[in-house]
Amino acid sequence: MTIDLKTVKHISKLARISLDEKKAEKLATDMNSIFEFIEKLNELNTDNVEPLTSIAETTLRFRDDKIASENIREKILKNSPEKNDDFFVVPKVVE
Amino acid sequence: MSEITSLTLYELIKNIKEKKISSNEAAKSFVDRAEKSKKINAYVTENFENCLKLSKEFDDKPNFHLKLPGIPIAVKDLFCTNEVRTTAGSNILNNFVPTYESTVTQNIWNEGGILLGKLNCDEFAMGSSNETSFFGNVQNPIAEDLVPGGSSGGSSAALAANLTPVTIGTDTGGSIRQPASFTGTVGLKPTYGSCSRYGIVAFASSLDQAGPMSKDVKDSSILLEVISSFDKKDSTSIDFKRNNYSSELTRNIKGLKIGIPKEYRVDGMPDEIEKLWKKGIEYAKDCGAEIIDISLPHTSYALPTYYIVAPAEASSNLARYDGVKYGLRSSGKNLIDMYEKTRSEGFGEEVKRRIMIGTYVLSSGYYDAYYLKAQKVRQLIKQDFDQAYNKVDAILTPSTPSSAFKIGEKSNDPVSMYLNDIFTVPVNLAGLPGISIPAGVDKNNYPLGLQIIGKPFDEQTVLNIAYSMEEKINYKNNITDWWMK
Repeated sequence: MTIDLKTVKHISKLARISLDEKKAEKLATDMNSIFEFIEKLNELNTDNVEPLTSIAETTLRFRDDKIASENIREKILKNSPEKNDDFFVVPKVVE
Repeated sequence: MSEITSLTLYELIKNIKEKKISSNEAAKSFVDRAEKSKKINAYVTENFENCLKLSKEFDDKPNFHLKLPGIPIAVKDLFCTNEVRTTAGSNILNNFVPTYESTVTQNIWNEGGILLGKLNCDEFAMGSSNETSFFGNVQNPIAEDLVPGGSSGGSSAALAANLTPVTIGTDTGGSIRQPASFTGTVGLKPTYGSCSRYGIVAFASSLDQAGPMSKDVKDSSILLEVISSFDKKDSTSIDFKRNNYSSELTRNIKGLKIGIPKEYRVDGMPDEIEKLWKKGIEYAKDCGAEIIDISLPHTSYALPTYYIVAPAEASSNLARYDGVKYGLRSSGKNLIDMYEKTRSEGFGEEVKRRIMIGTYVLSSGYYDAYYLKAQKVRQLIKQDFDQAYNKVDAILTPSTPSSAFKIGEKSNDPVSMYLNDIFTVPVNLAGLPGISIPAGVDKNNYPLGLQIIGKPFDEQTVLNIAYSMEEKINYKNNITDWWMK
C-alpha cells in the first residue's frame, strides 16, 4: 500500500507538525520506503500470539496517595517560554 | 606513568586512592585535552569550571571509600542534570535547564563522580551516526570525517579521544553498542529495568535503557555497579539482587555454553565481518567455552518490528513538546498554530519522520495492522531467545554489519541507516543485556566489534565472557590525535 500526500497531511495535523508542500512530498517518499520495509511482518501468521506489551514482567506498582514534593511551583514554571507568577501562559483560546 | 587522560577508569581510581594523582589534576588534564579537541565536537555543554571547582573541594575533603572518588565524567546529553542545560541534541530543548537530576547520574555523583559536561548525541537519540543532532556532526577519533556511530556518538567519540575516563549512554536499538563498535571501545546495554529511566529524556519507553561505555570491560563493570539500582521513580524499574559486578568479574568461563545464531549471517554481510565472527568463536573456545549452533528464527523481523514499536512510543512521548511547559516556543496566530509551528521548527527531519510514522501506525484503522502486529512479532522474537537460553548461557554475534562509514554517506536514505542496527535491535526488543567489545579492524583499519548477549539480569556472565575474550583479542586503538594538528 502507498501513503499519499493527503494522508501525510492528515497525519501531520494529528501530530501537530506544520509541513510545507515540499516537505510533505519528501515525507511521503520516505514513509513509503519505510513502510515497504515494514510490510515484511505480513509474512508471519500471528493469529494465536499474545502481544508483548511490556518486557518487565511485573504489574505496575502502586504508591501511597501522598504528596512527595511540595512548593515546587517555581521549579515547574522555571523553563516555561511564557508565564506569569502562577501559571503557564498560552495564546488566547476563548473569546 | 602514561598520561592521566589515557588511563582506564580502574587505573585512575587506583592512582587517586594512592594519592599519586589528585582529583583536580585529573579534572585539569581532561579539561585541557577537551580545549584542544573542539574539532571532535563531542561536547554540547561544558561544565569545566564547575568540575575544576568540585574536584578541588574533593581534594580538600577526600573520601576514598567512594567507588568513583573525585573522578571527572562526561555524560550523554540525554540525562537530565540539575541546573546544567540538557538538550537531547534538539533545538526544541536548546534552552532547557532541568530542575532535577536523573537517577543514573545522581548515582554517579553519590559515588564521587564529577560532571565534566554533556555529550553530543543524535536528536532524541534517534539516529545511528550522530548526524541528526541539532549541534552538528561528531568526528570519530579513529579517522577524519568518519561517523562515531549513534545515537551515543558524542559519548563514544569522547571516550576514544580520551576526553573522559568513562561515560554513560542510552540504548534503544543499539545506541550504546553500535557507537562503541565504531570507535573501538566497550559499550554495555543492561537488562531492561536494571538502570532507572527517571530523568532520561524519553524516546521509546519499552526499549530505552542506560548503560556504561568504557575503554575496557573492567571499567564497564565498575560503572554498571554504580548506575544499576532499583528506583521507585521508574515504574518499570526491577527490584532484583544486583551483583558486585567488578569484584565478581572473572576470566574463568570454562564450560559456559555460547550460542551462535545462524540467522545473523545476513545477505550482503562483508567477508571481514564473517571472518571477525569466526575469529571470535575461536577466542571463545580458547577461553574454555563450548560453542553451540542455535537458531533465532524471527531475527529478520526484528528491524521492521522495531520501526513500528519505537516510532509509536516516540510519537506519544514527544507529544509533551508543545511550547507551553518548557523548551522552544514559536509564535502562532492561535494555540493550534503555535503548537504546529513550535514542533515544526523545534524538531529535526529524522525526529519528524519518526513522529509521523508513529502517529500513522497508532491512528484509527491502522493500530491492529501495525502496532498490534508488531507487538505480536515482538513476542515471537522474545520467545526465540527464551528457547535458545534453554540450551546456552550466552550468544555471540557481530555488533554491526559494517565498520564506521563516512559522514553524509547514509544520511539521505533512512532505511539503509536503519540497517546498522540489525544485530543490536533484537536485544532491545527482548529486553536482554548485551555488550560490544572491540575485536579487530577492517581493511581501512577501522574497528569492528563483537556482541555478547546474555540472559535477563545476567550481566555478570556477559561481562565475564567479554573480560576473558578481551584478554585473548588484545585489541588496541591506534589513535593519532589528528584533530589537534
